[in-house]
Amino acid sequence: MMKIFRTAIHGQPAGPRRPMLAVIIAGFALSIALPYFGLLNKYVIFVLISVGINVILTISLNLVNGFMGEFSVGHAGFMAVGAYGAAVTSVNVIPRWMGAAAFPTAILAGGLAAALVSLFVAIPSFKTRGDYLAIVTLAFAMIVKSALENMDVLGGPRGFMGMQQFTTLPWVFFWMVLSLWAIRNFVYSAYGRGVLSIREDETASELSGVDTRKVKVLTFALSSFFAGVAGGLYAHLLQFINPSMFDVIKSTEMLIMVYLGGVGSIAGSILGASIYTILMEVLRPMGVWRMVLMPAVLILLMIFRPRGIMGLRELRWFVYKAIPHSGAAAKGQNIGNT
Amino acid sequence: MAYFLQQFINVLQTGSTYSLIALGYTMVYGVLSMINFAHGDIFMVGAFLFFLFVSTLKLPFVPSMLAATVLTALLGVATERFAYRPLRGAPKMSAVITALGVGVLLEHLTLAINPYPRHIPAMFEGSGTWSAGGVVISQLKAAIIVFSLLMMALLDFTINKTKLGMAIRAISWDMSVVPLMGVSVNGVIAATFAIGAGLGGIAGVLYSLAYPVINPYMGVMVGWKAFISAVIGGIGNVRGAIVGGYVLGLVETLTIVFLPATYRDVTAFSLLLILLVYRPYGLMGKPKTFKV
Repeated sequence: MMKIFRTAIHGQPAGPRRPMLAVIIAGFALSIALPYFGLLNKYVIFVLISVGINVILTISLNLVNGFMGEFSVGHAGFMAVGAYGAAVTSVNVIPRWMGAAAFPTAILAGGLAAALVSLFVAIPSFKTRGDYLAIVTLAFAMIVKSALENMDVLGGPRGFMGMQQFTTLPWVFFWMVLSLWAIRNFVYSAYGRGVLSIREDETASELSGVDTRKVKVLTFALSSFFAGVAGGLYAHLLQFINPSMFDVIKSTEMLIMVYLGGVGSIAGSILGASIYTILMEVLRPMGVWRMVLMPAVLILLMIFRPRGIMGLRELRWFVYKAIPHSGAAAKGQNIGNT
Repeated sequence: MAYFLQQFINVLQTGSTYSLIALGYTMVYGVLSMINFAHGDIFMVGAFLFFLFVSTLKLPFVPSMLAATVLTALLGVATERFAYRPLRGAPKMSAVITALGVGVLLEHLTLAINPYPRHIPAMFEGSGTWSAGGVVISQLKAAIIVFSLLMMALLDFTINKTKLGMAIRAISWDMSVVPLMGVSVNGVIAATFAIGAGLGGIAGVLYSLAYPVINPYMGVMVGWKAFISAVIGGIGNVRGAIVGGYVLGLVETLTIVFLPATYRDVTAFSLLLILLVYRPYGLMGKPKTFKV
């Protein structure tokens, strides 16, 4: 059934890993230095922060859609839970004098809240697959949105505010690297083999000893954790959130970034999020027509290049040892039961 | 008692809208096994086209409604031809995502062409109300309900008694055999989209008569409700979709009676989630088994 995923992916030889650490350190240093010395204006910093948040969203959606081969089309729901969780934590729970020092706690709280509600999607995914699961995820996002609109404590449809602007470039860079690192290592772990085997053939992977339920719960939890983290960062960037920010359009944007960059690819997620975010900024003068272009791009991608730019391929950088074809990955291992 | 009868009329009215739109979802699912998420937005386009003819071009009611219906039917055929047909052999996920994309495209295109919410002029100001035993029903409402029921009966007849209907049922039974019998698969699929989208357009017109303020995003929630109706009845099942629309209308009205009105959407979506987990083939569908 899933013809597009039949390609082997992770067969590239080992690459040198040391430059990776150097790049991360350099990037982190730059993300502190550039704004500090006033080398970038506020608008450029804002765009860079958006790119970072979108990379986190894209890699988190890609884990479910690209690596596990399930359809989540309501990821904005997880983002909303994370945004509200983080915002409420930082406004109502953390004392104000703690300031930015407690910011990671707020973000963690948002991420954990999102990971917790991911059970609402993970448990139906045991029984339903394919387009029905897509509906479950979309319905989940709708429920989150309507529930938030009905909660007067959280401001209802008017939204929630009072957060300080804690989201800065270094913080976004940190969380972005963390999400990429965690998801990459997850995908290459024994559990990750299980994730890929679910994509290739769920029944076969179950027969070869993968505890598919456990793998699904874990994957959905990890994915929505980072979607929630992105939501928390977003909330502390704009200092205002309301339920209608996290509608189907937001989910559609995430899908575009995943399918533009490439399904099942870490490099593709970075590429897709960066290209899309910057393109949308460049096209800002187009006004409303920019929003017409967005879904049109998605439709054209689906018809002409459904796997995206880096679909099922990976930069050597993100691969650390030669791994046999993904079809054989689960063979002989007791994934998920250990 | 009168209160409940009054609410029952509301059930009939919302249910009719949901059923008419649900038919489009269910027919497309029947022939292509694909959920046409853009269908709710086709309903919205129907309302906007009606506005264009009635208000901008100042045409009378009947020609406006006919023109809006025909144009939405053509729009349905066009989406199938240019967005879904190239993906017929592709994985299902591509089709689902494309359909979402088409929906957002229609919304934003309408928004770009027409940035403001519009008001459909009152066309039946002279129409009165009937009342019996404390229950009041406006003639407009009654006309909407009766006309919807007529359309559904007509569709049911088409599906079960005509040659085209037989071809549609044959395709949903086994698409690979149909061309061997000398039936044009593409033609029948196009006809299915035309009928489904046309019914959606009619629903858009009727809905905009009852709720005259229209905006580009009005199709999202109504479309979802209609989709839930189709799932309640068992997606792919025409009579199921009709029944499902009224069942959802009943559930929503009961929610409004017993809970604050804003819980309507949460209830509807929770119902969908529960159904999908425990009875994904709906009330009137048959469970599907799959071979490993």
